[in-house]
Amino acid sequence: MAERQGSIGWQAWRRIGRKAGVVVLTAALAAGLTACGTDTGGGTAEGAKKSVELLNVSYDPTRELYAAYNQAFASYWKEKTGQNVTVQQSHGGSGTQARSVIDGLEADVVTLALAYDIDAIQGAGQLAQGWQSKLKDNSSPYTSTIVFLVRKGNPKGIRDWNDLVKPGVSVVTPNPKTSGGARWNYLAAWGYALKANGNDEAKAKQFIEALFKNVPVLDSGARGATTTFTERSIGDVLLAWENEAYLALKELGADKLEIVNPSVSILAEPPVAVVDKVVDKRGTREVAQAYLEYLYTEEGQTIAAQNYYRPRLASVADKFAKQFPKIELFTIDEVFGGWAKAQKTHFAENGVFDQIYKPK
Amino acid sequence: MASIALGPAAESRETPAHLNEPAWVRVLLIGLAVLFLTLILLVPLAAVFAEAFKKGAAVYLQSLTSKDALAAIRLTLAVAAIAVPLNVLFGVSAAWAVTKFRFRGKQLFLTLTDLPFAVSPVIAGLVFILLFGSRGWLGPFLAEHDLKIVFALPGIVLSTLFVTFPFVARELIPLMEAQGKDEEEAAVSLGAGGWRVFFRVTLPGIKWGLLYGIILCNARAMGEFGAVSVVSGHIRGRTNTLPLHVEILYNEYQFAAAFAAASLLVLLALVTLAVKSFVEWRHRRHADALAARERQGALREEAAWR
Amino acid sequence: MRNTSKRLLPGFGLTMGFSLLYLSLLVLIPLSAVFLKAATLSWDQFWQTVLNPRVLASFRLTFLTSLGAAAVNAVFGLLVAWVLVRYRFPGRRFLDGLIDIPFALPTAVAGIALTTLYADSGWIGALFAPLGIKLAYTPIGITIALVFIGLPFVVRTVQPVLQELDHSFEEASACLGASRTRTLWKVVLPELLPALLTGFALAFARGLGEYGSVVFISGNMPMKTEIAPLLIMTKLEQFDYAGATAIAAVLLVLSFLLLFVINGLQRRANRVQRQA
Repeated sequence: MAERQGSIGWQAWRRIGRKAGVVVLTAALAAGLTACGTDTGGGTAEGAKKSVELLNVSYDPTRELYAAYNQAFASYWKEKTGQNVTVQQSHGGSGTQARSVIDGLEADVVTLALAYDIDAIQGAGQLAQGWQSKLKDNSSPYTSTIVFLVRKGNPKGIRDWNDLVKPGVSVVTPNPKTSGGARWNYLAAWGYALKANGNDEAKAKQFIEALFKNVPVLDSGARGATTTFTERSIGDVLLAWENEAYLALKELGADKLEIVNPSVSILAEPPVAVVDKVVDKRGTREVAQAYLEYLYTEEGQTIAAQNYYRPRLASVADKFAKQFPKIELFTIDEVFGGWAKAQKTHFAENGVFDQIYKPK
Repeated sequence: MASIALGPAAESRETPAHLNEPAWVRVLLIGLAVLFLTLILLVPLAAVFAEAFKKGAAVYLQSLTSKDALAAIRLTLAVAAIAVPLNVLFGVSAAWAVTKFRFRGKQLFLTLTDLPFAVSPVIAGLVFILLFGSRGWLGPFLAEHDLKIVFALPGIVLSTLFVTFPFVARELIPLMEAQGKDEEEAAVSLGAGGWRVFFRVTLPGIKWGLLYGIILCNARAMGEFGAVSVVSGHIRGRTNTLPLHVEILYNEYQFAAAFAAASLLVLLALVTLAVKSFVEWRHRRHADALAARERQGALREEAAWR
Repeated sequence: MRNTSKRLLPGFGLTMGFSLLYLSLLVLIPLSAVFLKAATLSWDQFWQTVLNPRVLASFRLTFLTSLGAAAVNAVFGLLVAWVLVRYRFPGRRFLDGLIDIPFALPTAVAGIALTTLYADSGWIGALFAPLGIKLAYTPIGITIALVFIGLPFVVRTVQPVLQELDHSFEEASACLGASRTRTLWKVVLPELLPALLTGFALAFARGLGEYGSVVFISGNMPMKTEIAPLLIMTKLEQFDYAGATAIAAVLLVLSFLLLFVINGLQRRANRVQRQA
């Protein structure tokens, strides 16, 4: 009886089951094969190999930059050594990316938003000490700064930092706790407040408090904040990297937005580094080193400038002078005594940023 | 209680008037349900498709056939193909153990099974980093043998398994509970073996639930974002699944392409549902009224036997 | 009789053994990593982390919004399941097919789509904005996202039971002269209650951990719309693994207890129903 009850439907089921089994097996096999294929790149004896692979672990706003730069470097390297180099890209929040590298993501080079994140990788033993002095200019081949993005015509008349704390002005910035870019925003504002108030820390804190009172939404990442500002029409001004502001203008409409340069801002230095442990294991040190050094050449600098990063090389900087208006810039070392200290005072547990949101 | 293994539609076609609500109540309930689904489901979906086709069908197709998109689709399918069958196996065996037997700690077992639902996806990914990451418990061992788990396919599969862990079990347990075990016991007392009982008696009764479970598990396996994002490493064309690909595109301000990739996931889910409807339809075609009456007769016989 | 037939059916060893092994490998061992990591904190540090006012506020928000969303889903999910199984109307199959979409859609996409719609400038948000009701970037927005995420749990657990539900009970009840409402309330609902509770519990549990869709719509304002999983993320961004796992461990224990209680209720409902 039991047989009869299920027999009709069950036969169809079994047929389907058999087919599904085949599909599953094939797929699993295919997946296994691709997985095996994954590890074959970038072998040990690099010189003898015809092709080599690098993994560049980077943060969000550099996608366009490295998409262009990787091609340029590949043809340069091919010409120089006859070797084909493919650069794999991984992008994400700067801190998240640093964590992935610490936890075993095999990055040959890291190009992150803050030195603090690379310090953390070094702290985990993946990088030799003193990484920041291995390349020129604090290992930051390009720089950027923090500017304001406002709606076309600048309806709220925002000209400088002190306009941001006015009542009725709504400021969009991501959460400094989760976004590297937002930390630059915060530090730029703090630096301005110190300068405007004769280095009075208490006044600077008041300023920052007033500023964050005007923030309606704290997105978790920089690009999320840009979308909130442009697509959801929230806020009167967006604090953003200069390169991100230009990109937003280009991608999302120069007819709706415009950039305002504040009187003073921070010199953001996104650093790059070779991950010693990985390149030694994979035997890719030579090409990884060349990859980063090429960033400092005329061509590398031009690509950076074309992607709205401020070049270091004077000749390229002159060519793009129109694109990058002169803003008085201070460095994090000058005002905050380096990242480690800034991080500890401002963003760590119960730091200044947390105190802003302490219930009173 | 016999499980009448007819398709749902056939069942209610025969609903007699006294077992139905008055017409106005039906219309009201349908209206309410439709309104709710519209606000919560339909409009967001429409928004996804509207965005996807904003720049025209050409851009839509182009964004789906780009090299990275295809790699992401392949990876997503591979992950689902490994994760879903394993979880089905677990789901069926757990449901059998839980509903056919009494044992101490059943409630604990059930609760532990549910737990992955409550675990934040961030943590679901993080646990595997804590285990297999280079500073994790097994990190040194894996590094020594050059085995890659996290930031490679195995890690993505593991976190997907974790996230979709309870689906099939959870779908089957209430259903098998409701059906009791009288039929199986009858079959066993008639001398049928365990596998035979399962395939011939239990499975026909739970197949819709099982199918739902598989569909849900599969949908979630393909759509999982948070946990996979933690263990993937985001390497383009390598370890990016379709949901991660969506995020990348979105972050590149390619909104149309991002939503196109997202709409593909919606379509995949709809395809699995089409398969379900097809199976349902075939099944109904075979199971005519005669067979139904025969079954009833057989059941009565069986009852008499006991 | 049920009790004596405890071991009549075969396969307990095999299925239970396999289930336990699988559960341990995939859930218990990985989750124990959370507790071990959190245990690297001293008691003082642990309590300081989890009793921080911001963390507490986020726990409260996470629990209340998940509970609200699960309650909405229990009511409307039951309604939807009922309508889909019992009534015929144009577009029924289409709607039935849509129910699973929240699983298939990456949570981030869901979050973005919902934010687009429910923000003041969105199609739906614009309807409420003139009334002074803000949906996105408030706890209401979070609840909406969680309703979206949790809906399939309730519908898909109730639906199969409803499909397999024998009409003979309703028939008997109707024959005995009970009104339709009474039949539904006294006969049908108790039958569905275990499944409904399961669905509720799952939707609730899922809401507690949800991150991807909520971060977009919540606004992430400390003390107001900051959910607990976001705080975990925040800790991780600062390479504070121990702190992150401490918050995760608290969430885990709380949701375990809640699920345990709901599962107990569900089993009791089941027993009552089977005896009836």
